[in-house]
Amino acid sequence: MNNTLSELDKRLLNDFQRDFPLSNTPFADLALELGISQQEVIEKLRSLAERGAVSRIGAVLRPKQMGASTLAAMAVPKSQLDQVARLVNGYPHVNHNYEREHRYNLWFVVTAGDEDELQYTLQDIEQHSGIPVLSLPMLDDYHIDLGFELQWD
Amino acid sequence: MIDASAASSTQYESLLDKTAIDRIDRRIIAATQTGLPLATRPYHLVAARVGIEPNEVMVFLRRMQELGIIRRIGVIPNHYALGYRANGMSVWDVPDEKADELGHKVGHLDFVSHCYRRPRHLPDWPYNLFAMVHGRSREQVQDKIAQIALLLGESIRGHTVLYSTRILKKTGLRLT
Repeated sequence: MNNTLSELDKRLLNDFQRDFPLSNTPFADLALELGISQQEVIEKLRSLAERGAVSRIGAVLRPKQMGASTLAAMAVPKSQLDQVARLVNGYPHVNHNYEREHRYNLWFVVTAGDEDELQYTLQDIEQHSGIPVLSLPMLDDYHIDLGFELQWD
Repeated sequence: MIDASAASSTQYESLLDKTAIDRIDRRIIAATQTGLPLATRPYHLVAARVGIEPNEVMVFLRRMQELGIIRRIGVIPNHYALGYRANGMSVWDVPDEKADELGHKVGHLDFVSHCYRRPRHLPDWPYNLFAMVHGRSREQVQDKIAQIALLLGESIRGHTVLYSTRILKKTGLRLT
């Protein structure tokens, strides 16, 4: 992917990770900064999105601002991992699910409208899998999220 | 109609009760969570979806940023597609009374993408500080985690790194 990216692509990916203009024509603002046309900015971003280099242009929410959420972990026997992963992925409340190298090998984020719904979802996963769920909700957030400087090599 | 560039969000807030704001916030977030439309006037399209004025979309987005509900608005690169394939969740057991001070230090390192305090679950899970590190290789991630270890120094009572081996599901934050 990276060796097919132009210098312009790299600037579009790296330079606008925050402070996206709140103006009538934000892409025209970017265009002005880059010295190209608004249409070029829009087409380049569309192409980067189609190629998978851009996830989206939008807001990054601070976690826990809306509803309730937690990081959940399960120690799943290897033989049951795919089956339990499918079960967990089936919940619309689960938006990230990773396999990790550890006794606790399944790690996923559960988000719900409120605390009751969250607890209910965790219990439901435990009941259907027969495996305890470790719930590790965020207590403090120490990160200042500015996006991070991309390195290309 | 409110002029987004002139009206401060606090001024605007007085015009609506809090419930109404929450409701509009949620609708704006729901309308933009898969991304702003790639069009010349993206906020106008969002406004049409939400049923408010374009300038109101901008006022509400600015207000959510000021309140910290939104951390940033921007181009969100897909790090994985761009070659950041190694992802290490470093977890640390540090004394509770030092967690805030140490957490802020770790959270300010530019290569740490998330840094949280979370509860321990003894005896199975003794770690209370989490720092996520991404890199192009495990070696890169290990180098960065070594820097965290150096920073935490004698406060470390235990730590480990959990590398991800598979992404089983990844979707943007959804409102439920």
